[in-house]
Amino acid sequence: MSEAERRDMRTMRPPMPMGRGGMRPGMPVQKPKDFQGTLRRLSRYFKPHLWRLAVVLLMTILSTLFSILSPDVMKNATDDLVAGIRHRLHGIPGSGFHLSGIIHVILELGVLYVLSALFSYIQQFVMAGVAQKTVYALRKEVNAKMARLPLSFFDSRPTGEIMSRFVNDFDNIGNTLQQTLTQLISSVVTFVGVIVMMFSISPWMSVVVFLTLPLSFYVTRTIAKRSQRYFVGQQRSLGQLNGHIEEMYTGHQIVKAFGLEDRAMSQFIEYNEKLFESGWKAQFISGMIFPLMNFIGNIGYVLVSVIGGFLVTRGAIGIGDIQAFIMYARQFSQPITQLSSISNIIQSTVASAERIFELLDEEEETPEPAEPVLLSAPTGDVQFKDVRFAYQPDKPLMEHLNIEVKAGQMVAIVGPTGAGKTTLVNLLMRFYDVDGGSIRIDGVDITRLQRGHLRSMFGMVLQDTWLFHGTIRENIAYGRAGATEAEVVAAATAARADHFIRTLPDGYDTVLNEEASNISQGQKQLLTIARAILADPSILILDEATSSVDTRTEILIQEAMSRLMEGRTSFVIAHRLSTIRNADLILVMNHGSVIEQGTHEDLLARRGFYAELYYSQFAGAPA
Amino acid sequence: MRNLFPYLRPYRFAIVFIVTFIFIQCLGNLYLPTLMSDIVDYGVLKGNLHYIVTTGLLMLAVSIASVCFSIAASFLSSRTASSFGKVLRREVFAHAQTFSLHEFDELGTSSLITRTTNDITQVQQLVNMMLRMMIMAPLNCIGGILMAVYTDAKLSLILVVMVPVLAAIIALVFTRATKLFRTMQAKIDTLNRVLRENLTGIRVIRSFNRVAYEQDRFDVANFDLTNTTTRVQKIMAVMSPALMLVINLSVIAVIWFGGMRVERGTMQIGSLIAFIQYITQLLFAIMMVSMMFFMIPRASASANRIWAVLQTKPDIVDPVAEDAQASRTEYGQVEFRDVTFRYPGAETPALSHISFVARPGQVTAIIGGTGAGKSTLVNLIPRFYDVNEGVVLVGGVDVRAQTQSALRAKIGYVPQKSVLFSGTIADNIRAGRQDASDEEVRRAAEVAQAIEFIEEMPDGFASYIEQGGRNVSGGQKQRLAIARALAKQAPIYIFDDSFSALDFRTDARLRAALRDEVQEATVIIVAQRVSTVRDAHQIVVLDEGRIAGVGTHDELIDSCQVYREIVASQMAEGESA
Repeated sequence: MSEAERRDMRTMRPPMPMGRGGMRPGMPVQKPKDFQGTLRRLSRYFKPHLWRLAVVLLMTILSTLFSILSPDVMKNATDDLVAGIRHRLHGIPGSGFHLSGIIHVILELGVLYVLSALFSYIQQFVMAGVAQKTVYALRKEVNAKMARLPLSFFDSRPTGEIMSRFVNDFDNIGNTLQQTLTQLISSVVTFVGVIVMMFSISPWMSVVVFLTLPLSFYVTRTIAKRSQRYFVGQQRSLGQLNGHIEEMYTGHQIVKAFGLEDRAMSQFIEYNEKLFESGWKAQFISGMIFPLMNFIGNIGYVLVSVIGGFLVTRGAIGIGDIQAFIMYARQFSQPITQLSSISNIIQSTVASAERIFELLDEEEETPEPAEPVLLSAPTGDVQFKDVRFAYQPDKPLMEHLNIEVKAGQMVAIVGPTGAGKTTLVNLLMRFYDVDGGSIRIDGVDITRLQRGHLRSMFGMVLQDTWLFHGTIRENIAYGRAGATEAEVVAAATAARADHFIRTLPDGYDTVLNEEASNISQGQKQLLTIARAILADPSILILDEATSSVDTRTEILIQEAMSRLMEGRTSFVIAHRLSTIRNADLILVMNHGSVIEQGTHEDLLARRGFYAELYYSQFAGAPA
Repeated sequence: MRNLFPYLRPYRFAIVFIVTFIFIQCLGNLYLPTLMSDIVDYGVLKGNLHYIVTTGLLMLAVSIASVCFSIAASFLSSRTASSFGKVLRREVFAHAQTFSLHEFDELGTSSLITRTTNDITQVQQLVNMMLRMMIMAPLNCIGGILMAVYTDAKLSLILVVMVPVLAAIIALVFTRATKLFRTMQAKIDTLNRVLRENLTGIRVIRSFNRVAYEQDRFDVANFDLTNTTTRVQKIMAVMSPALMLVINLSVIAVIWFGGMRVERGTMQIGSLIAFIQYITQLLFAIMMVSMMFFMIPRASASANRIWAVLQTKPDIVDPVAEDAQASRTEYGQVEFRDVTFRYPGAETPALSHISFVARPGQVTAIIGGTGAGKSTLVNLIPRFYDVNEGVVLVGGVDVRAQTQSALRAKIGYVPQKSVLFSGTIADNIRAGRQDASDEEVRRAAEVAQAIEFIEEMPDGFASYIEQGGRNVSGGQKQRLAIARALAKQAPIYIFDDSFSALDFRTDARLRAALRDEVQEATVIIVAQRVSTVRDAHQIVVLDEGRIAGVGTHDELIDSCQVYREIVASQMAEGESA
């Protein structure tokens, strides 16, 4: 068994655990922007494993060398046998066979094989540890980094994109570390070793075998170039097709309601046909590499047999040499195909690493204050002083915003959708920092507080309910670390959630599934309210919290809420004007900034935007 | 996996050719060592140069023939695998089109997408691999055994020992590894879930100051996954060195026993060299087969998921052609007669004993709290679901007695969650009625209060809507969805809470414009806001799946407790009168 076949074996290792299809010539590869720099940076992660890597390197080289040596040893056995035959042919009496010589050769071979296998195992075994530990450390570092990134980072990227970095890029790195690095080493060692061995046996035959080399290069390059076109086409069609499927499935109800099935189908068939056309061509052309390389190998094989035959008859080499040469020539063409695919894999891995490093280099939240102020018993005075803010520098949202909220007051924030109500929340909780002016709580600029401390003063119920995979109890208890069972139940009861929780088969132990689709939207909302109640904050932010809860339940919730709001400053974002009529202060927002503020009566008297909004709801026509 | 094999049947001739070609190619590859051994035995040892050259040329011819067959096989297998994927994908997509909402709920939309895309790609890849390697490996095995036995039957007894040893190693690693692979997959899923929760819940996590807790949670999952992966990799590390060792030891055995046979003169030296090559090829083929074992579980999981889709029978099917009835009288009238409906598997019905009539030329509003069954109720009209008891009549005929396309052609439907398709704004509005004129499209947009923002866009009606309508706001999407329904000029309109993303002003203007536009039609409006429904000719108040009252706003204020509570929760007393 040759080393080349052995390398093949490794490339063919099952695509699991994490799966990456074999690299085919011409498959589009993502290229890194800064190959060297990224590689250097990636190699820093190997530092803790230096001695292990040295072992791997040594083991790989040894194991490869031993397996390169074995044909050279094996040929001695053949030569011994041939000598025996020759002697018999020429009738030299008594000489016969030297089985003892063969035994010697066989023992030598056995030792080579066992050692080669052992070293190869050690190399793989050690590398498994190194690869996984490195990926672990990287993953941990990235996750820790994400905790320090500002909200703007997450708001500007789809979750799917960040997920794909985690899943695909780490997979890619893990696989490459596990397999490709050692493959690279053994390919190079094999290539060099085989050349040396061949030359030592017969320079002439070596030259003959070398003649097949340009042919291999040529074939690999041509195929890569041809197939690339189709791979790109395949990628594009697949993207279109998948996009179409996603659209038609998510819009299934509309497709049905408007009888669009035929239209969906004909579009599908068009994309599917295009995918088929470029798909099979890409497969076919790139797949030709295997038979063609095999053919080139066979040419070498034939040349060696014939020319070797000549040389043997002229006594220049022995038959054993032919045998060894056949083995060497076979593995000679393979490193070329191998190396080109390895270089593609390494490129794409470095590109993966680069994307991860980009993430690690993202700008972090502004550092915590050196001497943070601690508000031990915050009363909840909130002040916006001349606040200026914009998400994008060229699109200013808030200019000279001044708001004054006394402890315990209820502030209602109203305005049409997209008016920027969540911006206020973002600023209050320091998810975003103001560009100018300041926000103060109890007279203290919030940038002088630690973020964790600041946020612990707030209780928040967002419009999109976020619950995690776990029991209902765990989800409510999330509001405060170390909450007791009684406190959890009390919070649930206050949020009017206790009743429905108890009607569930497993009660508080009901495990919410991933989308929490096993309870209704309204029920989810009740749980998030319970969670906020448990947190017992000094300032409340209710972001359209009750919009999905039915109106009668809402009344109950509002009772609980108003009890909760007693003595606490609260910001309520709601569409329903009735819920905010008795607010102490109404902030009317439009196009991202506060355009009016005052009490209900003040604002009605002003006959501005608020008044129009208000009358349009109840009169059924613009006022 | 086996279930999907029938989809390969159309290609059985191609597959027969593939097998034949590959077999010929295998024989060619195996014939080369035989010829080489002839060169050694008859050419080299006897000094016959002519023989060496002619045999060399023969070898070259065999190589050329073999590469030709191989490429032909590759051509056929690429086409077959791609074509198989194409047909399967089309089948699945076409089948999914027949599904009702219930099957979509059951299978899950995102899961259905994965099944139609990734899973099919997986299976297609497996078929491709099968057609190349899985056919080649056994054929190589058979060819190798044939040649080995043919060359020296006694020496091939070595195989009797070696093959079981190889099989044992493969079986051992396989059983241990597959179990771990499964555990590992579960742990990958866990890590991804924690990560996704961290991303989607970032505001909550930070506001509750639980960042450190989440870091721990992630680290536990990360550590756990790392351990399992390392174990898997370490087990897999045994595989190839062990197999290689067995193969190499059998080569040694061949040299030893073969050497003795050569000594005794019962075997020729060239045959021995050829024999070693046969045996290496044979054992290598066995290893290839073993690799297949690892690929199959994954693809077969995909295959099972695809099969489950194909096996799912849509609940809702059209009546047989003869029985289909066209609606007779009262063209756009919608009537519920004692309708009870429960979602499959649910204990309590979502709707119980619902009866009411929505007449043409009238606005029927449906109001009630979350979970009262409002959306469920309107979903029964276009027959997205079938009732359990009672009848829903559209145009005086049971919806189940009409074809789905005829029934839905009568309904202009605006869903709760506006869905637009990628394409121009005009395309999207025309989805309602494909032959709508530009004038009609414009008119629909005007009524839906969409004309203003459409005209503000650089390309007007030709502006492109991205997939999922990402480049328009929620309120704009909603208005386009309304325009789409209006373009249909249907006798029945259903607005399922379709004004929620609109501000009060737009809402009011839109309802005023609608009133003029659809005077003849039956209009059914689902709403949360009292202000939206108070002008309706008839209001149906739903409470926990039952009708709590039917009447006008003023009637209900007097007679219906539930309605009064809803009104009270939304308005101050002075304004409700």
